[in-house]
Amino acid sequence: MASEGDRRADLEVDEPRRSRILGSLSGADGRRGVAIALLSTFVFVVVVVAVVANSPGWPAVHEGFFSWHYFKSTLPEIARAFLLNCKIFLISECLILPLALLIAVLRSLPGPVFFPLRALAIAYADFFRGVPTILVIYILALGVPGLEISGVPNSVVFWGIVALVLIYSAYVSEVYRAGIESVHPSQEAAARSLGLTRWQTLRKVILPQAVRRVIPPLLNDFIGLQKDTALVGTVGALEAFNVSQINSDGSFNFTPYLVAAVLFVAITIPLARFTDRLIARDRRRRQAQGGLA
Amino acid sequence: MTAAAALEIEGLRKSFGENLVLDGIDLSVGEHEVTCLIGASGSGKSTLLRCINLLEPVDVGRIVVAGEEITRGGVDVNRIRRRIGIVFQAYNLFPHMSVLENVTLAPRLALRQGGRESEEQARALLDRFGLSDKVDAYPDHLSGGQQQRVAIVRALAMQPRLMLLDEVTSALDPELVAEVLEVIRELAAGGMTMVIATHEMGFAREIATRVCFLDEGVILEQGSPEQMFGSPRQPRTQQFLQRIVNAHRL
Repeated sequence: MASEGDRRADLEVDEPRRSRILGSLSGADGRRGVAIALLSTFVFVVVVVAVVANSPGWPAVHEGFFSWHYFKSTLPEIARAFLLNCKIFLISECLILPLALLIAVLRSLPGPVFFPLRALAIAYADFFRGVPTILVIYILALGVPGLEISGVPNSVVFWGIVALVLIYSAYVSEVYRAGIESVHPSQEAAARSLGLTRWQTLRKVILPQAVRRVIPPLLNDFIGLQKDTALVGTVGALEAFNVSQINSDGSFNFTPYLVAAVLFVAITIPLARFTDRLIARDRRRRQAQGGLA
Repeated sequence: MTAAAALEIEGLRKSFGENLVLDGIDLSVGEHEVTCLIGASGSGKSTLLRCINLLEPVDVGRIVVAGEEITRGGVDVNRIRRRIGIVFQAYNLFPHMSVLENVTLAPRLALRQGGRESEEQARALLDRFGLSDKVDAYPDHLSGGQQQRVAIVRALAMQPRLMLLDEVTSALDPELVAEVLEVIRELAAGGMTMVIATHEMGFAREIATRVCFLDEGVILEQGSPEQMFGSPRQPRTQQFLQRIVNAHRL
């Protein structure tokens, strides 16, 4: 993938490097732009800090939300709990990616024979995109173990993962479907005309192009999933959010929530930047192709 | 019908909804013959080629390829298509694959050729058509002419008995047309049976064994290139060719 990106990047001729956030980055104009951006940011931060720090309630809020003492003392425990969030995230994602692809493929099957499968896939996607995630987690994690069927796991983490997989597979299948539909029908005609079967065409020609195009939106859903792992805490799993809550309840101090927030952000911001880079690369690639056509 | 006919079409009809595109086509193509389909856009040339390759289901009529009726129900379309190569106006190369991968994909999957065998064959074909330095290139780094030549090679790699060319030079810049026509000339010289839909009248005149003029879904007139371009009988054919002459295309 990287070499492909480089190859395509060669096509951009004389395109000035631009950043969406800072504007032009090169030349005298660029240096002036950066200077102005830094100055205005500095002024903005100083004003906000001055207003907040001088507000009458600041000492109480400072102690209640930003206590360095509580931050230090709860960080190790919440960080350990955060490993459970990462585990839930990784296991769910590994199940979501293939399941969602299967649903998307079922939905794109042509012909009247496959109507039941198509209908099933559509019903699934509609239902699980419509129901609030937290409801599915409640029903599965609290309801299913309540049935007391022998052999059925009663771990809330297990059922939390099942719920997240069900919900997110519905979303991600729609992303895949958009990708599949974006591949021009002439590609299928070309593959079938060479004697490839429908399945070979899908696997070797349609899906590789479709999946490549939807990697940025897929990563976007990853970010949402990483945050939603906190919902599994609501049914008792000892993940970062739940552990922060327990700590906060014990001390009447809200700083543990800040700890959890910092941990989530530490994961999701790099993911978001990575996604942005892929989107930018995709845009450049399309422009390069447009330039050639 | 003789056993020697490479392609035999009888009473072929095809409509898209209300729109009748092919209205009773009869055509017989012998082995090693080059048949050129000419006619205005929308006269049914492309649809006819797509029907022969079973990319479009036929409403009425029969298509027989080398003695086997391919329009009969329950026929294995994948097996039929392997023997019939088609090349499209817009090349339709697979953009995520290199030239070599484009050419070897179908032989590996559909003919179960080994990796080495398919690669050697692909390299030989690419070499034959002057593309040996493009083996590892990706389609969007090739000119239109090069892409179309790769598309022809990709179809040839399946060792088809019959090649269908659907206006393969129509999307090309004028200076790139010659290199593609050269490839087709070489195929004809090698005895490949071909059905070619084209707007290149000069080329059709030069290469065709027979020329068919399609008009509103029927073959209105067919004959040798000398007869068709020299003294067409039907007024519609005369009109069509006159327009081409006026546009300096013949």
